[in-house]
Amino acid sequence: MRRPARAAALLWAVLAASSPLGAEEMPVPIAYLRQQVERPPVLSDLDPIPEDEGIAGARLGRDDNATTGRFLGHDYVLSVAEVPPGEDLLPAAREALAGSRLLLVDAPAAALLRLADLPEAQGALILNVGAPDDGLRGADCRANVLHALPSLAMRADALAQFLQLRRWTSVALLEGPFPDDRAWGAALRASTAKFGLTLEDDRPWDFDGDLGRTAQAEVPMLTQDLTDHDVLLVADETGDFGRYVLFNTWEPRPVAGSEGITPVAWSPVLENWGASQLQSRFGDLAGRPMRPKDYAAWAAVRSLGEAVTRTGSADPQAIRAYLLSPDFALDGFKGRALSFRDWDGQLRQPIPVVSPRAMIGMAPFEPFLHQSDELDTLGTDRPESACTAFGAAG
Amino acid sequence: MSRLLLSCATLLAAPAWAGEIWVTNELDDTISVIDTGTLEVVRTIETGERPRGITFAHDGSVVYICASDSDAVQVMDPETGEILHDLPSGEDPEQFALAPDGRHLWIANEDDAISTVVDVESRRVVAQIDVGIEPEGMAVSPDGKVAITTSETTNMAHWIDTATHETFANTLVDTRPRHAEFTEDGGRLWVSSEIGGTVTVFDTATQGELAKIRFEIAGVHPDKIQPVGFEFTADHGTVFVALGPANHVAVVNATTYEVEDYILVGRRVWHMAFDANGEKLFTTNGVSGDVTVIDVASREALQSIKVGRFPWGAALRPGT
Repeated sequence: MRRPARAAALLWAVLAASSPLGAEEMPVPIAYLRQQVERPPVLSDLDPIPEDEGIAGARLGRDDNATTGRFLGHDYVLSVAEVPPGEDLLPAAREALAGSRLLLVDAPAAALLRLADLPEAQGALILNVGAPDDGLRGADCRANVLHALPSLAMRADALAQFLQLRRWTSVALLEGPFPDDRAWGAALRASTAKFGLTLEDDRPWDFDGDLGRTAQAEVPMLTQDLTDHDVLLVADETGDFGRYVLFNTWEPRPVAGSEGITPVAWSPVLENWGASQLQSRFGDLAGRPMRPKDYAAWAAVRSLGEAVTRTGSADPQAIRAYLLSPDFALDGFKGRALSFRDWDGQLRQPIPVVSPRAMIGMAPFEPFLHQSDELDTLGTDRPESACTAFGAAG
Repeated sequence: MSRLLLSCATLLAAPAWAGEIWVTNELDDTISVIDTGTLEVVRTIETGERPRGITFAHDGSVVYICASDSDAVQVMDPETGEILHDLPSGEDPEQFALAPDGRHLWIANEDDAISTVVDVESRRVVAQIDVGIEPEGMAVSPDGKVAITTSETTNMAHWIDTATHETFANTLVDTRPRHAEFTEDGGRLWVSSEIGGTVTVFDTATQGELAKIRFEIAGVHPDKIQPVGFEFTADHGTVFVALGPANHVAVVNATTYEVEDYILVGRRVWHMAFDANGEKLFTTNGVSGDVTVIDVASREALQSIKVGRFPWGAALRPGT
C-alpha cells in the first residue's frame, strides 16, 4: 500500500518550493567526541554498557532534526570520533573542531575542561553529555560549554524531594570506593541537608568478597549495626555491590540512590507525556532501551536543531544566545519544556524517580515551590551558583 | 424473552434520549457513553487496544475509533456496540478527521511519520503521505480541499492538497503541535502547541500567521499550561481550549483572540465535545479519570462524571 519512493520525491519537491533559501541547503555539521574510559571490574556481568551509549541518542536527535530540516533546507550531519582509554583527547578534538563548531563531548570532567580551553574551541559551542560533575556547573564552568546531562546535584535533589514527600526522613548511606561513587555520595549528603533529611549513618563500603555468591549471608550482617533509618542510600555508580544490597538488608528497608529507587535523566519505564514514542523511535534505531546518556545526547542534538530551526542560523554564537534565551523550549517528553539555565548552562529538566519496573514520581514534586521556576529546586540555583563565566548571572 | 425485554427497554428509553457523548478510555480499552440529559454513564463498550480518536459518520450510522495499539481504525455499530470491521489505518493511528464527503478518513499515524487516507466505503488506503515525526492533529477544510497534519516533534503544520495528496506548504508552529481545526468558513486554521503553550491562528489562503494566543492562570506555572484539544461553539464566536495539566479550559473569543475566562476542570484535560444543542460541554480529564460538564452560557463547571481510566477522545453521537 505504501509508496515511499513516490512520497519522498514529492517531499523534495516541496522542500525546494518552501525552503527560505530556495534550492540552497544550509549544512549543520555536529561532531560527537568520546573519550573511552577504563571501567573498574564489577561483580556482575548482567548489565554490560552498550558500545554506542550516547552516540545512538545523538543519531536519533539528528534524525529527528532532519525531519524539520528537510522542510527548511537545513542539512544535519553527525560525525563521531572516539579516543581509546588513556589516549589524549585533544588531537581528536582539534580535528573535530576544524570540521564543526557544534560539538557534543562524552568525556571525564578534566578532559572536557582541557578541550574547552583549547584556542580552537573558543567561539565553538560544546555540549557536555557525559560528565555529571557539579564542579563543571560551578567554579569550573566555561562559557562555551552547556550541559545536557543533569548534574549529580539535580539527581540527588530529586531523590531527596521524593523521600521528604514520603516522610522517609532518616537515611543511612553506604558509599562505594570509586571516584564516581564518592562524588555521588557527596551529592546525596548535600541533598540530604538541603531538604531536611537526617543522615543517621554514613560509611564506606569496604567488603571485598564476591557478593554474587554470598549476598544472602553477608549483606544482612554488614547492615546489621547501621543506626536506625527509614531508607538505605547506596552510592554505587560503578554498578558493583549495590544490586546485592536490595532485599538483603538486616532491617526491612527500601534501598535508594544507585539501586532500588533511583533518580535518573531517563529510563525505559517512562511512557507518559509522549515518552513512549521516543522510546519506540530509539528502540527501532538502536535495538536496545534508551539510557540516560543517550537521552542527554538526544536532548543536546535536538536543542541544537531547535535553535537552528527557530533562528535559521548554524552559527554557534547565535545558537548559544538562543538556547540561553527565554524563547528556547525543548519538548523533552518529561511533561514540561526543557530550557537552559543562563547562569551555568545546565539543561533544566524534570528528573524521574524510578524503580526498575515503573516510574515512581517525577521531580520536582508539587510541595517544593520556587519563586520563578520549580525546576530550579533541582540542582544549584542562581543565588548559590559559583559559576561566573556566564556574565549575566549573579 | 430477553429480546422482548430489551426492545421494551429501548422503546422506553428512546423518548428520553437527549443525546450521547462517547468517551474513549485510553487505558481501559473501552468507551463510556454519557447521556447528555441525565449526565450518567449509560453504557460501557469494549474496543481495541488504546482507543483515542473517535468520530461518528455524518449520518451517525457508524462510529470510527482509533485503536492505537491495535494498529486499526475500528468501525462500530453504535446501536449494538459491535465492531463491524477494521479499516486499514497504518501503524499507531492516534487522531483522524472525516472529510466533508463522509467518505475519506484522514488518519495521523503517530509512530510512523505518515498520514494515511482511507476510503471508508471501499475500505482501501487511498494514499499515504510522508509528514514530520509524530503526526498528531488532523483537520480537513470545510470545502474538503485542504487537509492538515501537525507533527509533534517536527513542530510543523503540513498543508496537503486533498486532490493530489501532495504537501504544498509546511509552516512552523510552537513546540509539540497537537490539535488543528478550521473555522466554519474555512478561512482560518487554528493549531494548538502543547509544550509551546500557545494556539496559533493561520490565514488559510496565505498560510500566514494571523495571531498567537497565550494563556496565563494565576498560581499555575506557565510550563503546566499545555493547550491540546479545542472546540468552536455552534455560533463560532467562542473557542474552548483544553489546557492539559493546568486543569483548566480557556474560553477564547474567536474574533478578537482574547482569552475571556478560565474554567477549572479535572486533572489533565485532553479533548471535549458539545451536546446536541451546544449548551453543555464535556471535557475528558485523563489523570482524574472523569468528564467535567461545563454550562456553556454561564461558563461554569456543573459536575464531574466518572468514566474509565485515562479518558481521551470525546464525540457527540448525532441524534436520530
